[in-house]
Amino acid sequence: MMSLGSTWQRLRQNRTVMICGGLLFGVVVVACIGPLVSPNDYLQTDFDNLLSPPTVTDMQVFGTDDLGRDLFVRSMLGVRVTIVIAVVASAVSLVIGVIYGAVAGFVGGRVDAVMMRFVDTLYALPFIFFVILLMVAFERNFLLIFVAIGAINWLDMARIVRGQTLSLREREFVAAARVTGVSAPRIIFRHIAPNLMGVVIVYVTLTIPQAILVESFLSFLGLGIQEPQTSLGALVNAGVNQMEGAPWMLLIPAALLASILFCCNFLGDAMRDVFDARHTA
Amino acid sequence: MSLLQVDGLTIRYGDNEVVRDLSFAIEAGESVGVVGESGSGKSQMALAVLGLLPGNAVTNGSVLLNGTEVLNASEKTLNGLRARHMALVFQDPMQALNPFVRIGAQLRVILTTHNLASGREADARVLDMLQRVGLPDPERQFRAYPHQLSGGMRQRAMIASALIAAPELLIADEPTTALDVTVQAQILELLEEIRRDTTLLLITHDLGIIAGHCERMLVLEQGRLVESGTTIDIFASPQHEHTAALIDAAPRLDRGDVLSAVAGNEVLQLCNVSVSYDERNGDSLQAVRNLSLSVSAGETVAVVGESGSGKTSLVRAALGLVPLQSGRVLFCGEELGGLVQSRPIAMRRDLQLVFQDPAGSLNPQMRVASIVDEPLLVHERGLSSEERQKQVAAMLDRVGLDASYRARFPHELSGGQAQRVAIARALILKPKVLVCDEAVAALDGSVRKEILALLGDAQKDGGLAIVFITHDLAVVRAISHRVLVMYMGRLVELADCASLYSRAQHPYTKALLDAVPTPDPAAAGGTVSLSGEVPSILSPPSGCAFHPRCRFAKDICRAELPLPRIVNGSIVACHRAEEISL
Repeated sequence: MMSLGSTWQRLRQNRTVMICGGLLFGVVVVACIGPLVSPNDYLQTDFDNLLSPPTVTDMQVFGTDDLGRDLFVRSMLGVRVTIVIAVVASAVSLVIGVIYGAVAGFVGGRVDAVMMRFVDTLYALPFIFFVILLMVAFERNFLLIFVAIGAINWLDMARIVRGQTLSLREREFVAAARVTGVSAPRIIFRHIAPNLMGVVIVYVTLTIPQAILVESFLSFLGLGIQEPQTSLGALVNAGVNQMEGAPWMLLIPAALLASILFCCNFLGDAMRDVFDARHTA
Repeated sequence: MSLLQVDGLTIRYGDNEVVRDLSFAIEAGESVGVVGESGSGKSQMALAVLGLLPGNAVTNGSVLLNGTEVLNASEKTLNGLRARHMALVFQDPMQALNPFVRIGAQLRVILTTHNLASGREADARVLDMLQRVGLPDPERQFRAYPHQLSGGMRQRAMIASALIAAPELLIADEPTTALDVTVQAQILELLEEIRRDTTLLLITHDLGIIAGHCERMLVLEQGRLVESGTTIDIFASPQHEHTAALIDAAPRLDRGDVLSAVAGNEVLQLCNVSVSYDERNGDSLQAVRNLSLSVSAGETVAVVGESGSGKTSLVRAALGLVPLQSGRVLFCGEELGGLVQSRPIAMRRDLQLVFQDPAGSLNPQMRVASIVDEPLLVHERGLSSEERQKQVAAMLDRVGLDASYRARFPHELSGGQAQRVAIARALILKPKVLVCDEAVAALDGSVRKEILALLGDAQKDGGLAIVFITHDLAVVRAISHRVLVMYMGRLVELADCASLYSRAQHPYTKALLDAVPTPDPAAAGGTVSLSGEVPSILSPPSGCAFHPRCRFAKDICRAELPLPRIVNGSIVACHRAEEISL
């Protein structure tokens, strides 16, 4: 495995990484700055200007929705919410999954068996159904979406990390550390965890689009983000209802969602190539 | 016209020239050895001759086989030449044989694709060839899958598949490196037979093999041919300094002084140690049985045996990396119980370990300085970071690595440098016992010599006791005081170095010594005195485990287990130690 400096160099040499990473970065910057620059507000309705197509007047470049709200500002708000949910949910799954998987794999034996059977049990639950029940029981809560998405993703992460840990645990540098007297937590954090990073980074870039999809799906079903807050999934849902009269209401958020997903997926694949190539270098 | 004519062969990967302007010729009927350290380009040269170089290799020059250009030849031309005119025996037959195809079918397809035979005739020729390479019960091996064969039998099958289309040129690339020394001797004997009717190009790092089996030799260094000539001349008076260094670094059984026994306090005692592993199917694998050994301060004990002899399990149990089934481990008179995790931290600093694979034993994500620093962090909590850094620098200096290595990662080191770091990590706590598990087996001859010298110095400085595990009796001859020979988990012979090398008492020890090839064309060595291979440890033979391979075996050997007893000052486990003359 190479040092961080050479990893960065290799990432820069990879065209897919640079193009998709740049595009994604651009979308995020516009989503952060756009609503501040625009004279319009995401809550402000304008009943004289319902469903107007994209125009440069008043900076309504994406047009307005069926309540006369500026679609550009709302879309950018949706991008923000979507990306925040994706990043937070992935981070949740990263932290839980890595710690859980590394502990199960390193300790091994019965502890491992019990921990992994628990993961298997959670896997067996029909998750969307479970989330719908949660939403109904605890009302629609922003926080609950993080919990729900993170709860799906950490299972995969824990399995992957456990598998890697099982093979790392048998490596001789771990035996050498044990003989020297290095404590178990220190072995996990100093010797096992850094060697998991390659796999974990790649897997996280692939869970981000997964989380975005789940959030859009929940919002599309009406279980996710609630009005007047919005997300790309919720915007697409609203757009479907106006598909015939105001196609931009569907096409613009759908295109944004699709391009973010494409970028994340390609980025994940390209990162995997970069990290796998360490064997040939 | 020569059979193989190589002119100005250059192989490049990007800016990296692995073979430079290599020219030589091989006449039909010759046997030529190619020797060089890792990275000398010897395998690349073989791949070029067979047209097997990967697509990103850039080649220059010419390689003529029987007048046909091989370099950059079309796949069709190459397929016509391969098997019929030239064939390759790979280092690892498990990788080279298809695990899903029966041995017979793998050989048969060579005959049918080249239209040499078909139907029953092909079967008959395959069986004949399996017989010729000395596979017992050829009909059964014909139907066997590669994993059902032992390592030596697999290599025989590999050789059979190379020979089946009767090629003029047989290239063997390290054909015995993956095998045990007694099996190596058997395979070399087979190659010796083969070279009577085939031209042989034998690639190896082991000068002993070349000395015994090749008429001419080529010496490669970093892709360049530095010397070529008849084997006898080169060994007698090497012209190039690299050749001289190679010959000098080759371990020898028949020369040099041995160390005499030392008297010191016993630091590590193993009493009646047994180790067993539970298999998935409920069987248990008895790796070490009832073995006792004590090691004194300032002493080096070599533990020698073929793969599966239990030598690694023995020391891992002593270190607490695998659980003891029964027996006791005493360190300076105090009992060390259980696994290493449960031992008190203070006790762990005195027992340290160096592994075979230097790259695998260093954390790839840590820099050299922090790898060597880690034991201090655990055991010397009182030290400031500056004091630790000072100690790390001094230690690295002692193993011959200057300050520029401190910030490097393990993948930026060569094998020898990485092993130095591993030794520095093991020695920084000034342990009383150092266990080296095949610590030099993966290293080139010259590097091996330096590492052994380094260990010897460490011992002289501070009364360090070293347990040195190895499969190669020649390597440890110069550095060990006593030698423990193991076979299938049991003690076979434990003797002072001087008496073991001059007068082995157990037939197995004698066979191991005989099997080591001598790097001198004039000397005998590498002879086969042992047939067969190590039996499965899951079903050990009755009585003396060695009896099926022993030419002195009698009824008592089959029926009764020989207990270790003292014969002529050595501990020997053989019923007939006094009667037989080896």
